[in-house]
Amino acid sequence: MKLAGRKELVCQQMVELITDYLEGVLPRAQRRRFEAHLSGCEHCTEYLEQMRATIRLTGRLQAEDLSPAMREEFTSIYRRWRSEES
Amino acid sequence: MGLIPALAGGRLRRSKAAACDEDGELVARLRAGDEQAFVLLVSRHHAAMLRIACSFVSSTSVAEEVVQDTWLGVLRGLDGFAGRSSFKTWLLRILVNRARSTGVREHRSIAVGDVAPAVDRGRFDASGAWMSPPQHWVEDSDDRLVAEALTGRIQTALGELPERQREVIMLRDVDGLSGHEVCEVLEISEVNQRVLLHRGRSHLRQALEAEMAVLR
Repeated sequence: MKLAGRKELVCQQMVELITDYLEGVLPRAQRRRFEAHLSGCEHCTEYLEQMRATIRLTGRLQAEDLSPAMREEFTSIYRRWRSEES
Repeated sequence: MGLIPALAGGRLRRSKAAACDEDGELVARLRAGDEQAFVLLVSRHHAAMLRIACSFVSSTSVAEEVVQDTWLGVLRGLDGFAGRSSFKTWLLRILVNRARSTGVREHRSIAVGDVAPAVDRGRFDASGAWMSPPQHWVEDSDDRLVAEALTGRIQTALGELPERQREVIMLRDVDGLSGHEVCEVLEISEVNQRVLLHRGRSHLRQALEAEMAVLR
C-alpha cells in the first residue's frame, strides 16, 4: 500500500499495516504515525485488540496426542531402520 | 485436520529454550542407539507434523505417510544433522520437502494468495475512515460454550484459507514458531511470510467477527 509522505494514516490503511506493526517491522516514522492514529481512534484500537484476540484464540488449537497404535508403528519404523543399518 | 480445541485455560507452552534442550538431549540419546528416545521425539513433534502435513496433502492418511516417511528420513540423515538450526526447524524442513514432493498437490500455486483487503472496502467511507466499525468483542474465555464455538469457527476458517496462508498460520500461530523459523521451514522470504500471515490472520479475524455477531 502506498502511503503518501507525511499525511496522517486513515483507518483503511491502518488495518493493512497492523501485521507489520505487530511484527515490529514498521519503519520508525511510520510506527509513530500508526500509534498517533491509534491514540485518537477507538475503532482502530478495537480492531487491534481483535487481531490480538484472533492470534490468542488460534494458539489454543491443539492436536491430538500420539495414540498407542501410532506409538507401536513408530517403534517398528525405528526397528526396521536399525535392521537395514546393520 | 485432526485438531481439537483445548478449552481450559489455553495451551501451556514450555519455554522454547527448554524445549530445544530436551530435543538436543533426545537426539544425543537417539544417536547412541536409544529406541525409547526415538519414540519420545516422535511424540513431541507428531501432532504439529501431522497438522502441517495435512495442509499440504489432501487426506489424513497421506499426511500420516508423509510424517512416517519424514521420520525415516530423520533416522537416515541424523548423521548429517549438524545442529546449525534447531532440531525442530531441521525436522519441519524435511517434512515440508517430503510433503511437497508427494506431488498430491503438484499444481498448488506458489503465489502469495488472494489480494482481498483485510477488511471489506464497503466498511470505510470515501476518506478511508470506519463507516461500519468493528463492534467490541466480549470474549468470555471462562464460558466453555463460547470458547468451543470460537475455536470451532477458527478451525473451519483455517480449513478455508488458501494453502500458503494456512501453512504460515499453522506454524506461526498454532505451533508458535518464530517468523524467522517459518521462513526457514517453508523456504520463503520474510516479506512473503508477513504478507501471508497478514492475509491469514485478517481472514480469521473476519470469521471470528461473524461468529461473535451470532453469539452476541
